[in-house]
Amino acid sequence: MAPPVVETIKLTKDYDGTRAVDSLDLRIEEGEIFGFLGPNGAGKTTTILMLLGLTEPTLGVAKVCGHDATREPLKVKRITGYLPENVGFYEDLTARENLRYITRLNRIPERQASGKIDEVLEIVGLSEVADREVGRFSRGMKRRLGMADVLVKDPRLVFLDEPTAGIDPDGASQILDFIVSMSKEKGITVLLSSHLLHQVQKICDRVGIIVKGCMVAEGPVERLGREVVGGGQNALEVQVTESSANLIESIESIPGVKAVECSGDMLSIRGDKDVRAEVSRAIFENGSLPLHIRAQDYTLEEIYLKYFREE
Amino acid sequence: MRAVFWKELADYFGSWRFIIIFAVICLAALSATYTAAQTIRGDIAQTPTEYVFLRLFTTSGETLPSFIFFLSFFGPLIGIIFGFDVINSERSRGTLSRVLSQPLFRDSVINGKFLAGLTAIAIMLASIILVVSGLGLRMIGVAPAPGEVARIGVFFLISLLYVGFWLGLGILFSVLFRRTITSVLAAIAIWISLALFISMFAGIAANWVAPVDQHSEAEAILEHERIYDSVMRISPTTLFGEATETVLNPGKRTLRGVVLVREVEGMIPGPLALGQSLMLVWPHLVALIALILICFAVSYVRFMREEIRAT
Ligand SMILES: Nc1ncnc2c1ncn2[C@@H]1O[C@H](COP(=O)(O)OP(=O)(O)OP(=O)(O)O)[C@@H](O)[C@H]1O
Ligand SMILES: [Mg+2]
Repeated sequence: MAPPVVETIKLTKDYDGTRAVDSLDLRIEEGEIFGFLGPNGAGKTTTILMLLGLTEPTLGVAKVCGHDATREPLKVKRITGYLPENVGFYEDLTARENLRYITRLNRIPERQASGKIDEVLEIVGLSEVADREVGRFSRGMKRRLGMADVLVKDPRLVFLDEPTAGIDPDGASQILDFIVSMSKEKGITVLLSSHLLHQVQKICDRVGIIVKGCMVAEGPVERLGREVVGGGQNALEVQVTESSANLIESIESIPGVKAVECSGDMLSIRGDKDVRAEVSRAIFENGSLPLHIRAQDYTLEEIYLKYFREE
Repeated sequence: MRAVFWKELADYFGSWRFIIIFAVICLAALSATYTAAQTIRGDIAQTPTEYVFLRLFTTSGETLPSFIFFLSFFGPLIGIIFGFDVINSERSRGTLSRVLSQPLFRDSVINGKFLAGLTAIAIMLASIILVVSGLGLRMIGVAPAPGEVARIGVFFLISLLYVGFWLGLGILFSVLFRRTITSVLAAIAIWISLALFISMFAGIAANWVAPVDQHSEAEAILEHERIYDSVMRISPTTLFGEATETVLNPGKRTLRGVVLVREVEGMIPGPLALGQSLMLVWPHLVALIALILICFAVSYVRFMREEIRAT
């Protein structure tokens, strides 16, 4: 079996006395989009740097596609794209020249490289300013160029450190779209860190929440929501034309339903499985009509805040 | 490493810094040569015409010092200005983390930048020497003999090593210090102490170890001179000065300032062959190369395992 694309084993990093990352175990499989969340100073960037061999772990190993990032950094860097938090370009070179330098460092043959550069500039929507000096780019344009820079080497895996920080909502959603499409079309594995929870929730298959260097929760957003906020339960939110004591009683008698709360025409139902069909039947049978039934999903925000309240 | 080399070389040639330095050096070189040529023309009747072409470089006029003096003065400045910000400016612009997340060894970044700087300096020095020779040829109307051309070639190499040392020192400081202003000040401090204050230190050291007065024995004076010279030779400026003088002035038979009469008795007067001049300055060349290697070694050690964080 192929090794996971990203694997860390008891990864630890100390900065003179303070522990920035604390025995972190992380696995990311091929093609996943993994969201890395955590407050400022939680150790997200440090973890990414260790995975790239840009800093050495104090303890533990960081592996990318089976290669130890500390011992074989070149093998890792050949297949990995990295968008740093504050991406910098040579301001006096054009966008195209900046990318050309990267393809040369990756030893991509010139002919192949120019096609590739045009292609990625097109993807990020910078074709028109390709020959303009980067010094005259706006912040958002530089971020987009950063995405092009990551893609131009045809990576198997990309690390995006806050790819949408400081970008307007329209630009941010464009960047999220690139991320999703590169993951879906090219099968690129993505690890992204961000503070914008609803964005992460929208595009990530799985998230990990890291606090003070420790991974406190990890998994798909819905599961985390159920486990963390809902106490492992499903919740339904139902609006009916008319609620009655009978209706509530018959809902309560549905197997799997744990509790029903009623306020006016809104009912909220908790249970340990999905009971939407049974609930609507009960509503009809009691001479009422369902106006709205929604399985309540938890926003990442709720999950995230829950951890901080507990801290 | 090639990609780094070509990119940096192109940067040097496009930069104002290169153009300005080149203009200043050209101006200094041309005026020094002009006055030297006038002096030579004035006394050409009294002096032998052998090796007269080389005197273009070593003769000082009434108002201006000689070309090699200018070079020994400006050489450090060229090296430092070319080197002081190569690493730390990339670090602060955030391009370093982008470059180092590409598959290349970290030492290739330093090597590529050093070689590019050295090439730019070589091109600069070679064209200045050509310009000086051209002007001198017109003014004194004597073409250089093949022996003289060879000596000029050796002079070029020594100059390159000399400026190369300061380039290496500049690069070392650009690795050691985060801020470019700190690294340039540190490099200039070293330059000033090695160029100006070293003779003071040498004098103190010599007086301390082997004090002399008017009544001292010849041996004591020699010892005093020996210590003085050894301390002076810590400075690349001394190494450069002695080496170029010996190479450009075939009549120079010894590096010592004080020669005993009984030593002169055995000497056959007349110019040395190039090989013999080289033998005389060989230790100087080795010392210059060693100094460059020390700069490199320290840069490598510092840079190789350092954390590269985009801040
Ligand atoms: N060079 C350093 N020296 C000492 N401590 C450091 C250094 N770099 C980072 N740290 C510490 O390591 C911890 C983790 O930092 P890191 O940059 O990984 O956080 P982060 O999760 O990326 O935060 P943010 O969301 O602000 O980007 C922080 O507490 C920080 O103070
Ligand atoms: Mg960070």
